Amino acid sequence: MSTATDAARVEEVAGRVVADHDPRRLPVQEFLGACFDAGLSWVHFPDGLGGLGVSRGLQASADAVLQSAGGPVPFRLNPIGYGMAAPTISEHARSPELARSWLRPLATTEELWCQLFSEPGAGSDLAGLATSAVRDGDTWVVNGQKVWTSLAHRARWALLLARTDPDQPKHKGLTYFVLDMEAAGVRTRPLRQMTGQAEFNEVFLEDARIPDEHRLGAVGDGWRVAMTTLMNERSAIGAGGAERGSGTIADALALWADRPHRRTPVLRDRLAALWTRSEAQRLTSARARRGVASAGSPGPEGSVAKLVSAELNQDVYEFCMDLLGPESTLYSSYEVRRDGREADWRGAVQQRFLRSRANTIEGGTSEVLRNILGERVLGLPGDLRADAGKAWKEVPRG
Amino acid sequence: MADTATEVATEPHTGPVEFDVTEEQQELRAAVRRFCAEQSDGPAVRRHMESEHGHDPAVWARLGRELGVLGLAVPEELGGAGAGLVEQSIVVEELGAALLCGPVLGTIGLALPALVASSAGPLRDELVPSLVDGSRTAALAAPERAGLFDPHAITVGAVHAGDGWELTGVVPQVVDAAGADLLLVAASGPEGIALFAVPGAAEQVQTEPLTTLDLTRRQATVRMREAPARLLAGADEIDAVLGHAFYTASALLAAEQVGGAQHMLDVTVAYAKERLQFGRPIGSFQAVKHRLADMLVLVEHARSTAQHAAWALQTGSDDPFLATSIAQATCSEAYYRVAADAVQLHGGIGFTWEHEAHLYFKRAVTDAALLGGAEIHRDRIAAAVLDHVRATPGVPPVADGRA
Ligand SMILES: Cc1cc2nc3c(=O)[nH]c(=O)nc-3n(C[C@H](O)[C@H](O)[C@H](O)COP(=O)(O)OP(=O)(O)OC[C@H]3O[C@@H](n4cnc5c(N)ncnc54)[C@H](O)[C@@H]3O)c2cc1C
Repeated sequence: MSTATDAARVEEVAGRVVADHDPRRLPVQEFLGACFDAGLSWVHFPDGLGGLGVSRGLQASADAVLQSAGGPVPFRLNPIGYGMAAPTISEHARSPELARSWLRPLATTEELWCQLFSEPGAGSDLAGLATSAVRDGDTWVVNGQKVWTSLAHRARWALLLARTDPDQPKHKGLTYFVLDMEAAGVRTRPLRQMTGQAEFNEVFLEDARIPDEHRLGAVGDGWRVAMTTLMNERSAIGAGGAERGSGTIADALALWADRPHRRTPVLRDRLAALWTRSEAQRLTSARARRGVASAGSPGPEGSVAKLVSAELNQDVYEFCMDLLGPESTLYSSYEVRRDGREADWRGAVQQRFLRSRANTIEGGTSEVLRNILGERVLGLPGDLRADAGKAWKEVPRG
Repeated sequence: MADTATEVATEPHTGPVEFDVTEEQQELRAAVRRFCAEQSDGPAVRRHMESEHGHDPAVWARLGRELGVLGLAVPEELGGAGAGLVEQSIVVEELGAALLCGPVLGTIGLALPALVASSAGPLRDELVPSLVDGSRTAALAAPERAGLFDPHAITVGAVHAGDGWELTGVVPQVVDAAGADLLLVAASGPEGIALFAVPGAAEQVQTEPLTTLDLTRRQATVRMREAPARLLAGADEIDAVLGHAFYTASALLAAEQVGGAQHMLDVTVAYAKERLQFGRPIGSFQAVKHRLADMLVLVEHARSTAQHAAWALQTGSDDPFLATSIAQATCSEAYYRVAADAVQLHGGIGFTWEHEAHLYFKRAVTDAALLGGAEIHRDRIAAAVLDHVRATPGVPPVADGRA
């Protein structure tokens, strides 16, 4: 329940943080540490874990104060940490002490996080994954290969989904862990993507050990825990700008303003349509946030936002390329950077255009999201499944 | 005044926030939905649309008298409920979902807002209550282009006659004019363009019903020859009065589009679950499922923009020009697309006269054209946000082929 007093309290706490810790002068990590200690990292988390125990919808009020005082957008600095790891940890960590020991350095961005879910044989069908975790006393021994792991090369911790019982049907034999990326037996190799950069990686796990304490949720309950992560991933990806004209559409507007000689009536109508769709999506996100504020956690509506913003991003950058005309055929450089500034979204428009092709693949493909909308939101019957009821080890893979 | 100002200033965060749904609003929606299920189900809609005036005056009067939902955006001192446009749009959405036949656009959408925006006076006090209680209906005969008053297209002249006025001229395609008790007519007089009240039943007024694509929403050509008229809003007022009327109608039309689209989505989802082909429900085929998912996205977007338009007009929190154009551009496209896809996903039955889909499809076509189609609203949006933008520091880097 969001009450007027909670809202006033959040704003007051945020006001105090920016007064005592000027984000324009302090190092980012120190400022974000102060936010965590004040309970402003995730206001709906419990006291002591970076929250104030108030409604999730009030995060926007806190962010508005912090960011208008010059604070960073922390999600951009540690996206998987802020968007996915934090909610999963706070809900499923074995003890508050352990949760805190992960959450604070996550919040300050001293420790980045990555997500070891996808595998060469398991993408959309995530629950079919093969990486195994075998118990050995108080530890688990992990073997397998993960792929497309964003930020694995810089992350200190990973969210890991592994198979602990191959005799069960695929959803039932999974367990969820936090893996130390510096542990022995963890090897990361960069994977180059079409932009030329290598934001993601392959990760090889060879007898990597995880203490049982770092298991999240019960043995065999990994799928349910993973759902917390995925729901938050989709709503985080789809959250979008809070202000009219912000987000990806701002790039298109700025280019339109900057290149009057390239304008045509057809491009003008296309941009107006894109602007209107962005606005409809912005308003829909605002409406969904009011819903989350009363329901507590993101529902399947998050999948609407993810689906729309992914396709909208692609359409916006297609527009930008058409507006640029001959210039669109040029590029900055395909040379790989590994200096922490490899993020494609900071690159030139042409690079952002290439990067946007991944938007409809990462975090659940648009086809899978349409299945989710159809089945979970509209309640349509599921597809015929070739693997229904079968033990995981008997299901064909490839 | 000073007291009120301090009170407001010391009480932050107490008012409702945009997109909040209150319990009263939920009850209102449920009440209208119940009413429509009883009074305007499928067979009733067909009966009403084929009747002389295209609707059942008794049903309309019950909406006004029993439910009290025709004047929710009309201030209490004028005999309305004083609730607001957000509430009124919930009602119109439900009426649109049920395809209830009645002068929704003419009376609730256009005439009442025009009256509310006119300056106070005995004429206004006389006209508003009977429209609010549903005993009389009204239509607005004023030329419009893309949802904005178009003074250059006036086809009616006004001259002084005794205490009042007389109007002469022809207005084509006036929504809900056939059988309307009251016509609000924009006419050009010696002091400029003004808005007049004309009794629909006067013998100098002829309303010639037109056959419409959408049988649930009638139109008529209005012919006046020295028709008796009373002045409602003078030349200095008319822009504001009709501006308010057309903005309000645009927001309410958007709500109606949401209601119709949501209904078409619901009906089609239900059908996709029960219709079996190849031994399985057609909704389990991805070609069908994914189209329904896209319809859901359209409805969700439409709902957000329609609610925003009503909220913006009610609270003054956004530019009414932009807010209504965003809603119209989005909702017109959404309703048409969803209704067209509903026909498709029903197969042959969806193309029959018997099935309800064609009634909604025709309403969707009509709603999209009324008060400006999606293209023209996008054109307005472009004029507002694109045509005068100047280069800003935020231009993203563009690669020039040099590292
Ligand atoms: C830039 C980027 C970053 C990523 N970062 C991470 C990360 O950090 N961590 C991580 O774990 N993963 C990450 N991923 C992986 C991502 O989640 C997967 O790529 C995605 O889930 C799709 O899996 P896949 O690549 O195996 O494709 P597949 O599942 O093989 O899909 C191939 C095609 O088949 C379609 N398809 C599959 N199943 C169905 C179905 N049931 N119905 C209809 N169509 C279907 C898909 O939509 C797609 O078009 C990242 C991917 C990208 C592109």
